[in-house]
Amino acid sequence: MNVQSPTTQGGGWFSQLRWNRRVRSRVVSVSAHFSMILLSLVFLIPMLWMLSTSIKSRAQTWLFPPEWIPNPVVWEHFPRIFEIAPVFLFFQNTMIIVFWNVLGQVFSTSLVAFGFARMRFPGRDVLFILLIATLMIPYQVTLIPTFILFKLFGWINTFLPLTVPAFTGSAFFIFLMRQYLMSIPFDLDDAARMDGCNTFQVLFFILLPLCIPPLVIVVVFTFIGVWNDFLGPLIYLNENTKYTIALGLNLLRGRNRTDYNVLMAASLLAVLPTLIVYFLAQNKLIGGIASVGLKG
Amino acid sequence: MTRNVARTHQPLNLFDMWRGMSRQARREAIEGYICISPWLIGFVMFVAGPILASLVLSLTYWDIGSAPRWVGMQNYVEIFTNDGDFLQALKVTLTYAVVTLPLHLVLGLALSLLLNLRLRGMNFYRTLFYIPAVLPIVAVTMLWIWIFNPEFGVINHLLSLVGIEGPTWFHSPRWALPGLMLLGLWGVGGGAVIYLAGLQNIPPHLYEAAEIDGANIWRRFWRITLPLLTPTLFFQLVLNLIATFQVFTQSYIATQGGPLQATFFYMLYIYNKAFGTLRMGYGSALAWILTLIILAVTLLVFRSSPHWVYYEAERRKEDA
Repeated sequence: MNVQSPTTQGGGWFSQLRWNRRVRSRVVSVSAHFSMILLSLVFLIPMLWMLSTSIKSRAQTWLFPPEWIPNPVVWEHFPRIFEIAPVFLFFQNTMIIVFWNVLGQVFSTSLVAFGFARMRFPGRDVLFILLIATLMIPYQVTLIPTFILFKLFGWINTFLPLTVPAFTGSAFFIFLMRQYLMSIPFDLDDAARMDGCNTFQVLFFILLPLCIPPLVIVVVFTFIGVWNDFLGPLIYLNENTKYTIALGLNLLRGRNRTDYNVLMAASLLAVLPTLIVYFLAQNKLIGGIASVGLKG
Repeated sequence: MTRNVARTHQPLNLFDMWRGMSRQARREAIEGYICISPWLIGFVMFVAGPILASLVLSLTYWDIGSAPRWVGMQNYVEIFTNDGDFLQALKVTLTYAVVTLPLHLVLGLALSLLLNLRLRGMNFYRTLFYIPAVLPIVAVTMLWIWIFNPEFGVINHLLSLVGIEGPTWFHSPRWALPGLMLLGLWGVGGGAVIYLAGLQNIPPHLYEAAEIDGANIWRRFWRITLPLLTPTLFFQLVLNLIATFQVFTQSYIATQGGPLQATFFYMLYIYNKAFGTLRMGYGSALAWILTLIILAVTLLVFRSSPHWVYYEAERRKEDA
């Protein structure tokens, strides 16, 4: 090791404090708690502001200095959203797109990752490197030709441009899934084959049931990604009746530019599904992001 | 990466390889190709094909209505010699990248160090800090438009509490871009979670050994934490880099590039050209230039990595 060996005499006042570890750890712990709470406020205040505005009366909204606690609590902004825009339709559209994306991603990600993790074929390693390389391709370079392609197919103003690509898998998920599959012992496959399973039965009946953690990540990330996507629907959908929640929210803003009560109420509704999904899958999700982050 | 390609590519002739394989091996290979076929099709149709097509398109004039007309390098010549919007878009995007990339890195790292402390309620904090990263960007942008409201917004209220008269944010050519930067920084928890994973992967015995040797908390951070975290930092830097060059939705919704083109992001310009004025060829040329810039910067980062990224495995090899 050429790391300089630390000397024992350094440290100054900090090491002098060591005579009383309890005092020191107390100080550290209190100041840590204090900074965490302070930081939480930074992350919480914007969200609380959204909530507060969405249930405030109009009169109370336009006050300076702002008042945080709604008094009285007003619910009328929520039904207002449904009068201005066909929210249920937007919701339905978004869910249709989400459904096909989740289905497509789960199916193709499992299949492709299985191919890369378990099968031997000429060119496999080169293709896998290619797959990793596509992670670094900025999407704008493919945006215009892909749009033209879908236009040639006559798919503009349908959900197809937003759903069909999911069935070809995404490099990120395939990578994640493949790493996970690699950690499952091959003995399992061999035993199943001995018992007469063919390749695809091995995948779908033996391995996939063991791959629940990465599959949860694929499902949740796909859900959140599709729910939040703005540019895709913006380019491909041009009739109000086809709009997704994200586009609908923007539409709402176009119609009520300064009605922040309604805008915040609508934003709250748009945020809610991703929040619910996030909380449900939270533990697995953060672990999963972590496992990808580790691969430097 | 290139070294790997060269190594795995050695058996050059696929046909010879194929002939040399047993029946069973061939069967497995065919099944393997079937397995990866969805991705392969997607790669050809949605990645490789479009990349080539956009290169060809960038050499044409095409407004979709009529047939494309070959114009050679004219789009590129126009962009580089006679396009003030291009320069402005580049300036805005680069400014944003230069300011926010280090901020995201440093603040994300600091946050992850805090999140790595053993404290009660830490799971709550982790969950909370990550939330902004999963919220729809449209909703987040609308929220921040309201927060940045010059007269009734929270930010200017908080500033007034410490005696500062807040700017008009998204309405001001000077403060609109910093406003969008702050909006982006709210999502810093996304990166922190990844650093946290890197932190938790550092073997505790290193810290114990250092502590026995009398290294204080600063020393331990500079000598152990930071070097062992560089692979994660490197990975995040590359991903963030690519992402910052693609900022679109925030500026589309909050400012439409204004005021006075102060937030005229490159992606917004591409969108306007291609889908606003339907100049597909010009838009493709713009996209290609941006891609080349991203590629060049990414390569620079990759090139620089041996000087600052520490790989434990390689180190062991050298020592042996």
